[in-house]
Amino acid sequence: VVWSMLGNRQFCSYKMTTKTQNFCRNEYNLTGLCNRSSCPLANSQYATVREEKGRCYLYMKTIERAAFPRRLWERVLLSKNYEKALEEIDENLIYWPRFIRHKCKQRFTKITQYLIRIRKLTLKRQRKLVPLRRKIERRENRREEKALIAAQLDNAIEKELLQRLKQDTYGDIYNFPIHAFDKALQQQDAESESESDAEREEDDDEDVDKREFVEAEDSELSDFEDMDKLETSSEEEQEEEEEVEEKASHSKSKGKTPLKGPARRKRPYIEIEYEEETEPSTKIKAA
Amino acid sequence: GHGSGPAPGHGTDPPAPQRVLFPPTFSVSEIKNKQRRHFMFLRWKQQQRKEKLALKKKRRKEREALGDKAPPKAIPKTIENQRVYDETTVDPNDEEVAFDEATDEFAPYFNRQTVPKILITTSDRPRGRTVRFCEQLATVIPNSHVYYRRGLALKRIIPQCIARDFTDLMVINEDRKIPNGLVLSHLPDGPTAHFRMSSVRLRKEIKRKGKEPTAHVPEVILNNFTTRLGHSIGRMFAALFPHDPQFIGRQVATFHNQRDYIFFRFHRYIFKSEKKVGIQELGPRFTLKLRSLQKGTFDSKFGEYEWIHKRREMDTNRRKFHL
Repeated sequence: VVWSMLGNRQFCSYKMTTKTQNFCRNEYNLTGLCNRSSCPLANSQYATVREEKGRCYLYMKTIERAAFPRRLWERVLLSKNYEKALEEIDENLIYWPRFIRHKCKQRFTKITQYLIRIRKLTLKRQRKLVPLRRKIERRENRREEKALIAAQLDNAIEKELLQRLKQDTYGDIYNFPIHAFDKALQQQDAESESESDAEREEDDDEDVDKREFVEAEDSELSDFEDMDKLETSSEEEQEEEEEVEEKASHSKSKGKTPLKGPARRKRPYIEIEYEEETEPSTKIKAA
Repeated sequence: GHGSGPAPGHGTDPPAPQRVLFPPTFSVSEIKNKQRRHFMFLRWKQQQRKEKLALKKKRRKEREALGDKAPPKAIPKTIENQRVYDETTVDPNDEEVAFDEATDEFAPYFNRQTVPKILITTSDRPRGRTVRFCEQLATVIPNSHVYYRRGLALKRIIPQCIARDFTDLMVINEDRKIPNGLVLSHLPDGPTAHFRMSSVRLRKEIKRKGKEPTAHVPEVILNNFTTRLGHSIGRMFAALFPHDPQFIGRQVATFHNQRDYIFFRFHRYIFKSEKKVGIQELGPRFTLKLRSLQKGTFDSKFGEYEWIHKRREMDTNRRKFHL
């Protein structure tokens, strides 16, 4: 009677229809489908297996208790041991229809399987999903952009590199004029120049990369012009001229080139004015 | 109400306001009619602009009139200028800090007892972009190896890494096919920093015409790490690279901190003259924002956090930065 009313014809609130099948949303349903044999409402003798907090229970409904809705479903705790639990199901559902017994055992098996899986997964790492908050993401992106603009990265990096150059962290690799002058000043006081030149030749051999790159560079003239603006002492000018001559053959980094033209070596302070006059001529030669 | 005052408000009537008297507490926002309100507002704005311009001109004239005696130009306020002073700012001469640094977990690195060896890995199932990013990172950081994680737990990886002499572990977290997080862990029991990574650009996306980074050891530039926290993070980054850079390679890796965002860039430089240097960007670039710093190695549940970013407390003040 119940089935003919609810099942196929009129409305059952637990019934969900899809294109191919009907499902039953009733929590006591054994298979989950809406059938005459699986409807807990339409069958007066029914049983299910459900799990709560990891423990499985067998729920049974008999016709004798149909008048007492509160006591309708009888609950039996099943043992944790799989085989024992199956036996318990059999015991409790003895003389019950084959369909219900079979389906109960199937359901129980499925439940235990997924419980095992849950336990295994919780032991492994679990991916924690942290929701993104749109407003915060937008805020952070905007702040990042502004920070990027304020940072002026290129300038900062260049400044830092130049500072390091000044502090002489690069040692002998780069020999720019001012450095060369300072070194020359020191060395003229201490040792002879030929020794220092020999050292620099060794440096030349090490920096293969540098040599390749710098040959393409054309900063010799600019350096030279800079040097003019500075009012340097005669010794500095001497070295400049040496450099200018040698540049064609060696790269700029080998600032203090070995002396090839011994005649160019100028010495004492007395001759300052004389050298300034000849300076333009050497410039032209270099260019 | 105030809004019903005899407002002229017609677009065709510019000189009208002189005839009209508004009640003293009237403001443009109280006019109910949207068109009129808009019009009045625009007019008010124009007026403000004119006044501002006039003020500027006046000031400029005054300044010129004074000539040399003019007061120095006011320094514009920037966020960096107005930054709330952080008590943990490191003073370069601070002995306590120096002592701490001599005895913290990075001391062996800075004393040149250990050579950095880095393991780069990702979260599960990395997508193409992340994989390429890892490879490029591996070329940028010398002595680094990329291993893919096939579902291995970090806690189990760490003892293995320590056994094989790795000094640092970098895990790049991925979300929706782009890398978005970085966990940097100093291995023999060192601090673990968790960053949020953003604007990752791979090498081909950077506009430049250079070649790939060579295998030379790059220099490291750490900019703007002022507080204690910033200092320790800076040392963490420095510990990734071997101590002796090869200047022949002319490569420099920069970690620049600005307003708590750490920008990473990798350049090749060349000194054109003594006062000029040219830089060319190679290598990937990304920005990091520190989320948390843990004392021990990676342990999300039981770790002892030295610093966590608390949004409600730390993000409210726009002038307060922590790194």
